[in-house]
Amino acid sequence: MPKLVGQAFKRVEDPRLITGHGQYVDDVKLPFMGYAAILRSPHAHARIKNIDVSKAKQATGVIAVITGKDIKDKIAPVPCAARPVPDLKVPTHYALAMDKVYFVGHPIAVVVAEDRYQASDALDLIEVDYEELPAVTDMEKALKPDAPLVHEDLGTNLAFTWKVEGGDVDKAFADADVVVRQRFVNQRLIPVPMEPRAVVAQWDAGNRLLTLWVSTQIPHLVRSLVAGMLNLPENHVRVIAPDVGGGFGQKLQVYAEEALMSFLAMQLNRPVKWAETRRENFLSSIHGRDQIGEMELALKSDGTILGIRYSVLADMGAYYQLLTPAIPTLTGLMLCGCYKIQAMRMEKKAVFTNKMCTDAYRGAGRPEATFLIERMVDLASKELGLDPAEIRRKNFIPPDAFPYATPHGITYDSGNYEAALNLALELVEYDKWRKEQEEARKQGRYIGIGISSYAEICGMGPTRAMPAGGWESATVRVEPSGKVTVLTGAHPHGQGEETSFTQIVAEELGVSPEDVTVVHGDTDKVQYGIGIFGSRGLAVGGTAVYRAAQQVKEKALKIAAFLLNVSEDDVEQRDGDFVSKSDPSKSVTLQQVATAAYDPKNYPPDLEPGLVATSFFEPTNFTFPFGTHICVCEVDVETGEVKVLRYVAVDDCGKVINPMLVEGQIIGGIVQAFGQAMMEIGIYDENGQLVTGELMDYAIPKAKNAPSITVDRTETPSPVNPLGAKGVGEAGTIGATPAFVNAVCDALEPLGIKHIDMPLTPARVWKAIQQAKGK
Amino acid sequence: MRIKVTVNGKEYSHDVEPRLLLVHYLREVCGLTGTHVGCETGICGACTVLLNGQAVKSCLLFAVQADGQTVTTIEGLQQDGKLHPVQEGFWEKHGLQCGFCTPGMILAAVQLLARNPNPSEEEIRRGLEGNLCRCTGYQQIVEAVQWAAERMSQGRAL
Repeated sequence: MPKLVGQAFKRVEDPRLITGHGQYVDDVKLPFMGYAAILRSPHAHARIKNIDVSKAKQATGVIAVITGKDIKDKIAPVPCAARPVPDLKVPTHYALAMDKVYFVGHPIAVVVAEDRYQASDALDLIEVDYEELPAVTDMEKALKPDAPLVHEDLGTNLAFTWKVEGGDVDKAFADADVVVRQRFVNQRLIPVPMEPRAVVAQWDAGNRLLTLWVSTQIPHLVRSLVAGMLNLPENHVRVIAPDVGGGFGQKLQVYAEEALMSFLAMQLNRPVKWAETRRENFLSSIHGRDQIGEMELALKSDGTILGIRYSVLADMGAYYQLLTPAIPTLTGLMLCGCYKIQAMRMEKKAVFTNKMCTDAYRGAGRPEATFLIERMVDLASKELGLDPAEIRRKNFIPPDAFPYATPHGITYDSGNYEAALNLALELVEYDKWRKEQEEARKQGRYIGIGISSYAEICGMGPTRAMPAGGWESATVRVEPSGKVTVLTGAHPHGQGEETSFTQIVAEELGVSPEDVTVVHGDTDKVQYGIGIFGSRGLAVGGTAVYRAAQQVKEKALKIAAFLLNVSEDDVEQRDGDFVSKSDPSKSVTLQQVATAAYDPKNYPPDLEPGLVATSFFEPTNFTFPFGTHICVCEVDVETGEVKVLRYVAVDDCGKVINPMLVEGQIIGGIVQAFGQAMMEIGIYDENGQLVTGELMDYAIPKAKNAPSITVDRTETPSPVNPLGAKGVGEAGTIGATPAFVNAVCDALEPLGIKHIDMPLTPARVWKAIQQAKGK
Repeated sequence: MRIKVTVNGKEYSHDVEPRLLLVHYLREVCGLTGTHVGCETGICGACTVLLNGQAVKSCLLFAVQADGQTVTTIEGLQQDGKLHPVQEGFWEKHGLQCGFCTPGMILAAVQLLARNPNPSEEEIRRGLEGNLCRCTGYQQIVEAVQWAAERMSQGRAL
């Protein structure tokens, strides 16, 4: 049996996906299915004086039209699971607007018709009488006393304040030789999974069973929460998440539409489908980031960092989705990055504005943290005249300090930050580029080198630190034929866990990978689970799979020993068979063991029949992957255009099950970070219109402009789980953004440019150059 | 309006509304759901199919515009049960993650290689500019197309 774990094993998901036989929610077609379309507010803030749906109801093909008053006592408000502080202001957000709309895209009415064209036609026939109200879209303006209130009943746009502190911050700043300060905008981003959201709801009136197909990262949580919203028993709701076309946090949610389609299917006793348009995806599926803050770093003149202060405004948008208030707190947890900083304080004000909510977007709070600390370290290195690699080395948490407790009370599991930095410097040929930079400057060319060393908090996570459970579940079932079925609560949406879990189970049980099937994304088939987000799929979900497989193997050994009539100690697994060590001529196959387990005529008397085990794995801590990324770029100072000349990423995600999948996660994440650094920004105008509301106006990286990445790894196992895995899904987006920006700012240093806010589009870079020249 | 379209070698004939988009015709009338809808505005390329061998975005065409013509979707790319080299390349080189953009990306790459059997990295990146992917960062897609180009040139040499 060849070794599987650690190998670049080709994905088992791919044959269906490359032949067009994947099944996404919009591919589901049921008899008598109606199609829903949603009327959304064109205004950012308005009172609804009247809604007239009478013409829409009479339109061709229309089956039903509902508005807020139809659901008010029937669908409970959209839930939020995060409560970072007890006095959090919580707006009540109904699935459809009641008397007021508070962001562009706010759902007002749903039409169900015989086809999707008729449903869209009927939307135009709904007459809404609005009284427009002044909108507030700027966080700083929203906190002024005369600002319009997003929610009058809350009496303020200040959602909550939150603080995290550790060590003696005031002393650190008093002792400092130098204090470096910078204001940073971490701009609003739009996740843009290629598959927009979609829901199909089917009601079985006879058995009072609701089946929901949802494009989601968290099928079991959707089941629990939709059951709660509709007041249905949880075991009368089945959620199926088939192939999911990318999530990135946007599908780590329970949205109004899931409850609305369920309600309609129950009312109409017909299946109902809603497939989000891309425009709707931009307007009313969650956005990411959106922080404006002032960061201060206290240092000794030799570059030793003494302390950090960060004061930040975080834009919640108009209400909370599932985790909205929690995201900026993750920034606070990772503000010290990979440095032994003894004192830190972050003070956050969370603000309501008339915009779509922010929530978890790939990295969720941690890309912001890495960006802040890594930009500050570069600014400090320039202020102190130190090499940026050297100042990092000087402040790294040393490898022998792990487990390392930060001043604010979290414990990093393991790390060797300098090893990753050294490898990245070597791969990029750092000294060569520094010389090249010097030469280029003499010729009036602007080359820059940007380093980002990051540590992230992943493998989410122990239950005590999570809004829902932090564990994950798996069942490994050997069927009577010896074939193996794995049921996992960790439902992937592109990362490839069907493959990595197959590798783990096939190797543990000594079976061929073709004999393993991984089942996920169906709450009727799979025991309760949490889902995939926060780089937890392998570290938590994979560990549950591994432990369940181990339990099955233990039982199989017992059965094998009985069948071979030898002691358990005498049995070992060899090429998938169970063999007597003392007499290797005696052996049984897993298939023979499985047959005995299900037809237990000749069977250990003290053992239950069957060959199945379930594990619920609860991690003791988060994991802390890390690495160093280095970007080399050249800036054309005439046009402001940035060209990436070389990009090296050295990441350490602990033990690796499949290096090919790891590479895919890293490169994809880096290109998303490139999007934030160079191209992407979600812009609302002062009236609350999303002016980047389509793919025509919101630029995500294309094949032509995405940089080429050189990838390498170091491997520091995590002690938190038996696989030693740390997680990798978010590393690219967390680590890469500051590498791009540091490179550009390094290139433009001779012009006296210290900082440019993202995205570094040619226009912004050009403008910064003109301003610098004008000084 | 009555149309006749040959899709993946099979002739279909239906009465359709003039405004029915080709992508909805393929997905909902012909039942070929491998062609995906990602934006309805011709930007993302998830709906790319071959119309008479040319890559087109099927969300920008009406079904009636395909009347009397030949369409190839991802479901029709395999020959005699064997994967097309571009499909194989995507599998070999990890050219896909969530798989949603993949059918369109593969068909765009098939046309790219038909026009230019030996493209440079730059030419591949330019050729796939009309197809968006949010998962892979494109690097392994480029490698997949290079792999397919090599495999196809070996096929021709034999």
